[in-house]
Amino acid sequence: MTAWLFGFLATLALVSALGVILQRNPVHSLMALIVTLLVTAVFFIALGAVTIGFLQAIIYAGAIMVLFLFVIWLLNIQAEEREAGHLALKSFGALAAAALVAELLAIAGRAPAPEAAVKPSPAYGTIATLAAALFSHYLIAFEATSLLLLVAIVGAVALARRMPRRRSTAASPAAASVSATGQDVSAPEVSRRAASA
Amino acid sequence: MNHFNPGALDILWLPLVPLIVVAVGAVVVLLAGVRVSDDDSEGLGWIALAFLGAALLFTLPLIGQSSSTAFAGAIAIDNYAAYFEITVILTAAVTVLMSLEYAPDFRLAGAEYYSLLLFAALGMMLMAAAGDLIVIFLGLETMSIAVYVLSGLMRQDPRSNEAAMKYFVLGAFSTGFLLYGIALVYGATDTIKLGPIAAALAGAKGGSPLLLAGLGLLLVGFGFKVAAVPFHMWTPDVYEGAPTPVTAFMAVGIKLGAFAAFLRIFLVYFGAAATHWNQVLWVIAALTMTTGNLVALVQGNIKRMLAYSAIAHAGYVLVGMTAAGAQAGSAVLFYLLAYAFTNLGAFSVVAALERRGERRDAIADYRGLALSHPGLAALMVVFLLSLTGVPPLAGFVGKFYVFSAALNAGYVWLTIIAVLNSVVSAYYYLSVVVVMYMTEGEARPIAVQAQPGMVAALALSLIGTVMIGVYPGPYMGAASSAFKSALSHTQVSSRQLKLRG
Repeated sequence: MTAWLFGFLATLALVSALGVILQRNPVHSLMALIVTLLVTAVFFIALGAVTIGFLQAIIYAGAIMVLFLFVIWLLNIQAEEREAGHLALKSFGALAAAALVAELLAIAGRAPAPEAAVKPSPAYGTIATLAAALFSHYLIAFEATSLLLLVAIVGAVALARRMPRRRSTAASPAAASVSATGQDVSAPEVSRRAASA
Repeated sequence: MNHFNPGALDILWLPLVPLIVVAVGAVVVLLAGVRVSDDDSEGLGWIALAFLGAALLFTLPLIGQSSSTAFAGAIAIDNYAAYFEITVILTAAVTVLMSLEYAPDFRLAGAEYYSLLLFAALGMMLMAAAGDLIVIFLGLETMSIAVYVLSGLMRQDPRSNEAAMKYFVLGAFSTGFLLYGIALVYGATDTIKLGPIAAALAGAKGGSPLLLAGLGLLLVGFGFKVAAVPFHMWTPDVYEGAPTPVTAFMAVGIKLGAFAAFLRIFLVYFGAAATHWNQVLWVIAALTMTTGNLVALVQGNIKRMLAYSAIAHAGYVLVGMTAAGAQAGSAVLFYLLAYAFTNLGAFSVVAALERRGERRDAIADYRGLALSHPGLAALMVVFLLSLTGVPPLAGFVGKFYVFSAALNAGYVWLTIIAVLNSVVSAYYYLSVVVVMYMTEGEARPIAVQAQPGMVAALALSLIGTVMIGVYPGPYMGAASSAFKSALSHTQVSSRQLKLRG
């Protein structure tokens, strides 16, 4: 990557990152975050980690950001109204930030010049290498992870599906058929609980 | 590793067949349950039971094989894994038997209930067979996430909601500790495989702060899962709120799974470097026993009492771990087996007395039980006596082996604390007996019919508790051969290291 391209992208990343925290409208912040993530993905690709770059673009900039957007819509978050905030809290934040910046500067001042970058082998970071590792040395971990995700989905559905006591009409067919019967509620037993606590 | 070379891989599916059978069973139960109403989930339980039985059969050929590894060290094949797998399968089977009537009675969502139960068992078995830290972590998470959900399946009951929420938040927190510990260990040793990590710990890098910090965090992570003091705060609330069979499964299964990995890492692989961790464990063991037993004294709810008793028993296991060495390892494995049957039995009695909309889990509810249900009361006495450690029951033999291992290793004071704690525990266990036999009048009359599932669960627990206690020889033999087979991994790997070095 040429120096001017790096400079351009780095500036873009920093500006959009600033945009994330300076925007008042959460949707605008989100858009700025997408730009930051995409630029980071370009960096990954330029460094030879092609797979990670694309995963970054697809998963972070794509899937997770859509999820964010859904949450913002669900909660109906409006543009934030700036509050005065607590003075002590603000000054503490400023102090902490100043300390961090001082630390960074001190470290940057003392750090030795970076060594020449080692060119990774052409296979490094490709999907083929990743797949070979996943399906050989980490085969069991890979399979166990897929089961783990299945467990999480089953669990989330089991807890979040419609309460069985309501006659479900609009629920998904599976949930509707399992929970088609009425349900009498067990008494909360609040008093007994207080007694035994 | 640029080229995919399947010939160089040691892919052996055979030792994983029990796990695969359990996983398939979980999916089959889930699919079969699509059209089954919650009132009618008994059939699903029988399907789950059939798969557990098949898994048990497939575990048997694994016994007695020489220790080896598969999948580039991710899976350990040894008697140790088989020992824990069999115990976990039996625990899951007793839990299913206990639930056959309980689940429809409390209208737990049948398909999800039995499926998650099997998935949790799968996680425990994976932890028992794991040979590297990633697989241990994945097994732990599979087990934990399934049980978080199981403990919240009584969704109309606020206590169950509270249990699931507390367990989930604190469990996720503790998982963070474990994962951070794994990351630090990986950072210090450049490997996730237990053998090379043990070699690094015993070698020149042994004192590296990074590695020791990683070990400390691993200790905290496992401490949460086995409910050791000071990481036990979630236990009583979660045990109380969860459906009773799930509580039984938590008290026994999670301890089995977590201890299987905990013991394999610390006692088996890091045993040679025990000086790095067993002083810490000494303190944790003493605190766990004492806190568990003292707080159990004042509980008015039987599930909370058994929760604190479970904490105390984790303390006894930790006494064995502190002692380290082959004798202690076998004793601890035996203790876990004895504890499993005894605790399953005690919780079965609690579950048998509960009816929908009416949780009978206050100790006062057991008044006059000896007159109204003499059989259940007598069974409860047997299980409580075994938990106390009265001969000739399983609990006594387990404690005897663990305490004598600790004495032989020179931990006199820890053994004295443990014995004193056992004496204290007799008070609260026997006070339940007093309530059942010597208090007049039934608190709230109930009619318990003999239901086949519950009878089978009680019978299995009773047989286990009595048989292990009366004739411990074969079980102790199995425990000691299991521990030796796990130890032989470390000898092989150190020999290889010597050859290479």
